[in-house]
Amino acid sequence: MTKQREESILSVEGLTKVFKSGIINPETTIAVKNVSFEMKPGTILSLVGESGSGKSTIGKMILKLLQPSGGKILYRGQDIVEIKKKGELKDYYTKVQGIFQDPFASFNPLYKVDRAFDMIFDSYLDKSNKEEKIREALENVNLNPNRTLGKFPHQLSGGQLQRLLIARALLLDVDILVADELISMLDASTRIGVLNLLVDICKKNGMSVLFITHDLSLGYYISDYTLIMYKGRLVERGDTKKIYDNPVHPYTKMLFTAVPDIGEKWDRDEEFLPEQVIDEVKEFYKNHRGEGFKEVEDNHNVLFSDI
Amino acid sequence: MRENILEVKDLKAYYKILKGDVKAVDGVTFNIKRGEILGVAGESGCGKSTLASTFITRKPPLQHISGEVNLLGEDIMQMKEKKFKKMRLKDISIIPQYALDAFSPTKKIRTFIADLVREHGISPDKKFFAKVEERLDMVNLDPSVLNRFSIELSGGMKQRVIMVISSILDPAFIIADEITSALDVSSQRFVATLLAKLRDEEIIGSAMFITHDLSILYQIADRIMVMYAGRIAEIGPTDEIVNNPKHPYTKALISSLPQVGVQYKDKKLSGIEGTPPHLLNIGDGCRFRFRCPYAEEVCTNTPVREKVAAGHYTACHRWRELGSDNND
Amino acid sequence: MLLENFWKNHENLYYVVKNKKVMIGISIVVFMFLLAVIGPMLTSYDYDEFVSNGFQAPSADHWFGTTFMGKDVFTRVTLGLRTSLLVGLIAGVISTFVGCIIGFLAGYYGGVIDEILMAMTNIFIVIPSLALLIIISAYLPGDRGILIMSLIISVTAWPWTARAVRSQTLAIRSQDYVNLSRISSISVLQIIKEDIAANMLSYVFMVFILQFKGAILAAVGLEFLGLGPTQGISLGLVLQNALNWNAIQLGIWWWAILPGLILTIFVTALYFINTGLDEVFNPRLREM
Repeated sequence: MTKQREESILSVEGLTKVFKSGIINPETTIAVKNVSFEMKPGTILSLVGESGSGKSTIGKMILKLLQPSGGKILYRGQDIVEIKKKGELKDYYTKVQGIFQDPFASFNPLYKVDRAFDMIFDSYLDKSNKEEKIREALENVNLNPNRTLGKFPHQLSGGQLQRLLIARALLLDVDILVADELISMLDASTRIGVLNLLVDICKKNGMSVLFITHDLSLGYYISDYTLIMYKGRLVERGDTKKIYDNPVHPYTKMLFTAVPDIGEKWDRDEEFLPEQVIDEVKEFYKNHRGEGFKEVEDNHNVLFSDI
Repeated sequence: MRENILEVKDLKAYYKILKGDVKAVDGVTFNIKRGEILGVAGESGCGKSTLASTFITRKPPLQHISGEVNLLGEDIMQMKEKKFKKMRLKDISIIPQYALDAFSPTKKIRTFIADLVREHGISPDKKFFAKVEERLDMVNLDPSVLNRFSIELSGGMKQRVIMVISSILDPAFIIADEITSALDVSSQRFVATLLAKLRDEEIIGSAMFITHDLSILYQIADRIMVMYAGRIAEIGPTDEIVNNPKHPYTKALISSLPQVGVQYKDKKLSGIEGTPPHLLNIGDGCRFRFRCPYAEEVCTNTPVREKVAAGHYTACHRWRELGSDNND
Repeated sequence: MLLENFWKNHENLYYVVKNKKVMIGISIVVFMFLLAVIGPMLTSYDYDEFVSNGFQAPSADHWFGTTFMGKDVFTRVTLGLRTSLLVGLIAGVISTFVGCIIGFLAGYYGGVIDEILMAMTNIFIVIPSLALLIIISAYLPGDRGILIMSLIISVTAWPWTARAVRSQTLAIRSQDYVNLSRISSISVLQIIKEDIAANMLSYVFMVFILQFKGAILAAVGLEFLGLGPTQGISLGLVLQNALNWNAIQLGIWWWAILPGLILTIFVTALYFINTGLDEVFNPRLREM
């Protein structure tokens, strides 16, 4: 099943999220500011950022778990932020789904894991041949149905639970999967299996993946496009390899230097301070005042000044 | 020839629970020299954190079963609590896994530190805090940090404070348990490098850096010890372990590490199928044999530690015939 | 062997039974309930009967002695215990139920609903409960029965439950399995029932025990002030009588001390159960 369309399957325009707390002296936190990007069908997009960068907030807004403060999220041209009716929301969820960070927190500990499948059959799918369909989906994610169905979450491993959730998305045959740090709580050896599976499914079924992560090297490994988030702003966006070959924003450069890599050792003589990058970014924005979000080369954009 | 600060001989520590024995540390032997950073790597449940707990405090149901742990020549497993308490912070210190959560949200950093060191018999006087400020400067923290509350500091900054306090008495040996895991990438590099710097400046004698992240160990550890299911799979100099691993588990771990610049379409990484065995009442034999692609009949016998080269050991029946393969 | 297997499959129950605090607490509570139910039947006296000379110390005929006027203290205390226990129990159930509903809704929906419900809750918490109870009880027309008393007490008791349940709901709501249910288009009611409430059962049970305890003390307090049920006898009323007759000064100590002791032991037992359960449900507090 291939979806060959040139146009984007998801288009995010000027997405903003502001959190307000308190009534007497309200404090506002700008979690996401003016973020725009597109996802093409059958591609993997890495949304990379450290904690507080706003990457998870973007994921939640796309999954309609949070309401944006501004901007649009267009799925196949339709602004899903405007969706109010239950029926429309259900339709959206048959095409866009999510997997979250903690596999053990993703399942209600009191129920067997089968419940995750029962829920989507009750809400979305035709129940004829339900058992068969579930088995097939499990086999497609390399899980033995006899060893996973009927079990409680604590009886399975993190890797198995994440694969179960991928199988769930497969059953729905989603267009877009928002994977929010789905491997960060798994062991190094288990991660690769789950990641490779994700890439295989993406290529085979034409599913797009928004891979939200703080791990630059893993993001690099699987994605076609990369988005770098820093303090709620999208600072660099484009083809993964181009960003690696030619990082422009000081934050992106810092990320590449800081990541521990078995290909190269850190320069021990180089003084590396996490606080340094704050000044470097300020300096960078000052030097390029007014330039905004600009293209540096084909398929590679950088934030030159805060917008 | 530098002397051994720590000598661990056939250490066994189990969790004794209702259902039986969880053999979390089951026959571990290794040494750490003065000035050395030993990285301890392994998946969750391999016993690396239990190892740290065994050294410092053995809270029930964790019990020391057999084996020695000689710190500066004395077996701390047999030592009386009072005597061991005197060694804490001075000879042996630990940065525990959830240290970041230990900060009280209602106390200023200064108060938190004062309370902490009083527990270890140190008086938090002016002289003491002068030294603290000196060290804070070394980690690029302004002394005003002492008057702030923990909520005002980032994770990386809090970790630096913890490292300053844990090393304030220049301990001969420090255990760093997952000090980088909860931090952002930028702080991770700084904190890991800081550990090496403390050692370079002889503020700490030697360190045991426990983490699941082999890539970070590659950057700063002198030697790496790979643990699996309560036992040592392989131990050796860092470059040897990464470029010339002998144990199938080590090989699989190395080949599952991503490299920036290498994409899925260029070279597909391979993980390891399955999960580590449950350590409850586990029997004999190589514990990796259920997931090992090279397992054979002989592997149902417990493998012994064999020398590969100077300072490089592994416990696998078939290491010789399997040869070495790099990131295959 | 069979018992061993049973314990292995029901680990939580094992820890409950092994916990001394819980078992002692439960034993005392059960004993008290039995005392309330069977106690009055063990004597042939009626609570209001003049059975003997006044001033009698505890003896074989009168286990708790007699009052100043000659009524049997044991009968009065055990019968009074019935009333007070019932009021406390019913009030505890009602306040837990109401508090849960308000807490769930406030915690799950957040936003405006949360602010309105919490404003309401906070108003009730701030008002001194005893003063409110006294005023309502005193101005209520007609007879005060057990049900009315329970209702009055639950009015001041539910806010605490609401706050506790709300904070737990908030904690659970941010769990990813709730998010998964949301993107599976599960109804809000179902989410509250299966995901949130179900994972809070042990917590709600402990909150109920606290409510029960508070309700009993409130009940006895009201009764002591003469605002208890208008018919019959209650524990607080016995205490009030004893005080009015200067029992202690006159040397009729059994009249005042014994009912007070019963109440204290009962409330302490409830407290023990709660602390013990805390250890059971929170494995980190356990010592093996």
